[in-house]
Amino acid sequence: MIDVVIKQQLGQLALDVAFSAPAGLTAIFGPSGAGKTSILRAVAGLSQPASGHVRLDGTDIGVLAPQARRIGYVFQDARLFPHMTVEQNLTYGGAHDRDRIIDMLGLSELLGRYPARLSGGEAQRVAIGRALMSAPQLLLLDEPLAGLDAARKAEVLPYLERLRDIAEMPILYVSHDMAEVARLATTLVLLRDGRVVRDGPLLDLLSDPAQIPVLGAEVAGALLPVQVTGFDATDQMTTLTADAGAILVPGQLGEIGQSLRLRIPARDIILSKTVPADVSALNILPVTIADLSEVDGAFVDVTLQAGSDRLLARITRRSCQRLDLSPGQAIHAIVKATAIGR
Amino acid sequence: MTLGLDAAAWTAVLLSLRVAVVATLCALPLAIWVAHLLARRDFPGKQVVNGLVHLPLVLPPVVTGYLLLVVFGGNGVIGGWLRDLTGFTFAFRWTGAALAAAIMAFPLMVRAIRLGIEAIDQGLEEAAATLGASRWRIFRTVTLPLILPGVLAGAVLGFAKALGEFGATITFVAAIPGQTQTIPSAIYALLQVPGQEPAVVALVVVSIILAMGALIASEWLARRVRSK
Repeated sequence: MIDVVIKQQLGQLALDVAFSAPAGLTAIFGPSGAGKTSILRAVAGLSQPASGHVRLDGTDIGVLAPQARRIGYVFQDARLFPHMTVEQNLTYGGAHDRDRIIDMLGLSELLGRYPARLSGGEAQRVAIGRALMSAPQLLLLDEPLAGLDAARKAEVLPYLERLRDIAEMPILYVSHDMAEVARLATTLVLLRDGRVVRDGPLLDLLSDPAQIPVLGAEVAGALLPVQVTGFDATDQMTTLTADAGAILVPGQLGEIGQSLRLRIPARDIILSKTVPADVSALNILPVTIADLSEVDGAFVDVTLQAGSDRLLARITRRSCQRLDLSPGQAIHAIVKATAIGR
Repeated sequence: MTLGLDAAAWTAVLLSLRVAVVATLCALPLAIWVAHLLARRDFPGKQVVNGLVHLPLVLPPVVTGYLLLVVFGGNGVIGGWLRDLTGFTFAFRWTGAALAAAIMAFPLMVRAIRLGIEAIDQGLEEAAATLGASRWRIFRTVTLPLILPGVLAGAVLGFAKALGEFGATITFVAAIPGQTQTIPSAIYALLQVPGQEPAVVALVVVSIILAMGALIASEWLARRVRSK
């Protein structure tokens, strides 16, 4: 459990934040210039806030020098030492759990190389390994995927997921990409203009229509815990099972039995009163309207209950009137398979 | 092989080498420290330190030599105290020539090393700090290896300057053959006597060979450092 309070003037930005992060991965999410990296720098002791504290399990590490804080910091630009091999980089801060970390991050082939001969994704994995081997009590990740193309991101993401699942220390993860956050985070801290706008468990925040104006319509959408239950090799479709029902997605996602999270953006759900026939969409889930919340402008946000899962749909006010929707109504949610992000 | 040098000229060459090597080696650690201080720290009086370091570059060498005489001479402020305490003296000794050469070379070394320090990414030092490394360990394992090309450049510049130092040396410790007569002052002395042109040319050639040799050696070392 980490408890952070920071007050700091940084040029134009007045950083004034207070939040707690439980074990697991806490995403600090917000637009560029909101102060995300500044929070990590202050937590690591690389900048001195005017006031505040960084309490880790009750002890204020904010008074210590950076080298004494036992923090693993993975920088956006990896910052590997160019004159050392991967192996020397990894063990610079210690060789805690060396073999297991090398194995987990798939680094054994890279040990003898110099950083100049690593790809962006490899460098980032080495940086993560280096931070972990220093046996940190807190891990800070500053947009570790931001500089990578889609293929490299896909390469590093599974390592981050595994890290989140096995790491015992809290992880603060800075990002401006909701797809990343949705996939990785357990807790969300929403930052804007140097202030915390919302914080809490990610699944609750994302499926709460009241948060849409805060999160932004692009970002809002439910996150469903699902399990991989089948894969059709001919059509290349994976079957995922949620409490809401079976959902088909293209491509092979994970292995049978594996637990994943599915993000379904609110704008990618179509509502229908009847079971639509002859549509190209593969996923039609029977749902119940739990709540309708009017938002300013042309839209209405609809909270849908599907078994124990909650979905969030954003439709136009006009559609809502035409369909004559009301809470308690049984209805069908059409989810385009391609609209499902992992 | 004598290169057309007589015994006196050889003495001057070997003395010059000794003076330049000792001056460079003694000044280098201090130059690295001062360059690091000027590049990475903010402290009151930083501009004063910066000015003092660069003073020998802009003062007439004779003035620097005179100031050395006042401070480090046999009866100088520090020189006298040092002699009373340890019996050691810079006055009219090759050690004095080395001190003069070191002080004249110092600003050139500091400038080259400072450029090297300013060119490296401070983020690497931050990364080392978050990994638990002390300031000294960060300097030793991250900063120093990365500024090595700059340090080499500074050392070569300093060595060349020390080898060629004339004004401050001759003012401070004169030009006593075998004690303080380095290549430049030997050439100057020879030029005062008619008919010594062959000896002058021989010393000039040696000067050129030493300077070129230092340059080539540093290029080679820098390439080896960089290729790693």
